[in-house]
Amino acid sequence: MATEILSGKVHVQTTINGEQVDFLAEPRESLLEVLRDHLGLTGAKEGCNNGNCGACNVVMDGALVNSCCVLSVEAAGASIETIEGVASPEGLHPLQQSFLENAALQCGVCTPGFIVAAKALLEENPNPTEYEVRWWLAGNLCRCTGYDKIVRAVLDAAERMRAEA
Amino acid sequence: MRAIQYAAPSTVEDAVAILAEHGSDARMLAGGTDLIVQVREDARDTGVFVDAKKIPELMELSVNADGSTTLGAAVPCHQLYNDAHFTATYPAVTDAARIIGSTGIQGRASVGGNLCNSGPAGDTIPPLIVHSAVCNIAGPDGERTVAVEDFCTAPGRNVLADGELLVSLTLPKPPAGSGSHYLRFIPRNEMDIAVVGAGAWLQLDGETITAARTGLGAVAPTPLFVQAAGDALVGMTADEDAFAVAADIARDAASPIDDMRGTIAHRKQLSYVLTQRALRGAKARAQGGSPTNGH
Ligand code: FES
Ligand code: FES
Repeated sequence: MATEILSGKVHVQTTINGEQVDFLAEPRESLLEVLRDHLGLTGAKEGCNNGNCGACNVVMDGALVNSCCVLSVEAAGASIETIEGVASPEGLHPLQQSFLENAALQCGVCTPGFIVAAKALLEENPNPTEYEVRWWLAGNLCRCTGYDKIVRAVLDAAERMRAEA
Repeated sequence: MRAIQYAAPSTVEDAVAILAEHGSDARMLAGGTDLIVQVREDARDTGVFVDAKKIPELMELSVNADGSTTLGAAVPCHQLYNDAHFTATYPAVTDAARIIGSTGIQGRASVGGNLCNSGPAGDTIPPLIVHSAVCNIAGPDGERTVAVEDFCTAPGRNVLADGELLVSLTLPKPPAGSGSHYLRFIPRNEMDIAVVGAGAWLQLDGETITAARTGLGAVAPTPLFVQAAGDALVGMTADEDAFAVAADIARDAASPIDDMRGTIAHRKQLSYVLTQRALRGAKARAQGGSPTNGH
């Protein structure tokens, strides 16, 4: 059977933060545009739109990705986790709490990306060194904080999460 | 981004049919970290995106009966460095996979995509060269193979004809007593494009080199296989004198340009220094240790 070539509005079924989601999008639209403009999930930010800043970070099928560099239609059948799924009904995630307490944000535009990326790091490596935190987060740019408070917040959250585990 | 069409074939045959029908207007989409950005920024005019990731052969990562490894063209970098066998067997390739872009890039970007993008500075290409990788290509006229050092033909260009795609790479099983390393020079610690990159692979019998291959990136229109450097090392004791001989040959082989990232003189010198360091790292790994020069 020849593969269908899709254009115009395409119906896409995906899973976002554990819930099945349907949307219509053109293949030219990015996953970031779908999240923000069609689904009202405006936590992921558009910083650079070319893969350099990490403000649009989401986890897709277990891998940290820049959602500005994913086509809308590639989300079909995938499982996507966004910043909106990080807090639970019981309260903030330890990373979110730690960012607040360590003053790891100023304007906040980079923060959702940093938290999504840091969460992916701590799931893979619950006890990272400062170097490992800085290396993992190298693709997340912040124009306000100077990074130091962000790195401390991630290390602090890691310690809290290990204590709770 | 301009309007595009998108297809997600599940077989190589279907992908070839779409590529053949749409010619140069169609392009395979692996991680998209180059392609999507290039089309969005009007640096490339691709109308039909053919998703590689639903085709099992392009997502394969497996060890064959003869010990060689098949690396599907769309397997993302993060999968490689999370694979203990692959990392232990082809360490120069994972050295590169860990330093391409950021974690978020490595979640999608593939070695095959890096190769097909055919940039002179593509970090995974010298490591593939030193590991003697072979490209498995499918097209309207069937399948063919090309040695990876012959794949790129000019900046952004390669041997793929309209209708052809890179299915996978075959990496031979490295013999016992061998090791490899890749490193690059950039003015910062991460998230940059190589000023020069160098890869090396060595096989040792005791302290004697029995086989060697080196490669360079960002010093010529295509990544370079510096065959003469590896050949010169055979029979020599794996020490600093030998590495200096190979590094001299690498410097002579480099034909870089001046650009915003570096000058000709700087790149020539880096070809020497990085070849030397790549060889030291390859030797350390061949002897069961790790490189000490970082990345
Ligand atoms: S907006 Fe996606 S990486 Fe910057
Ligand atoms: S807090 Fe403003 S960019 Fe990071």
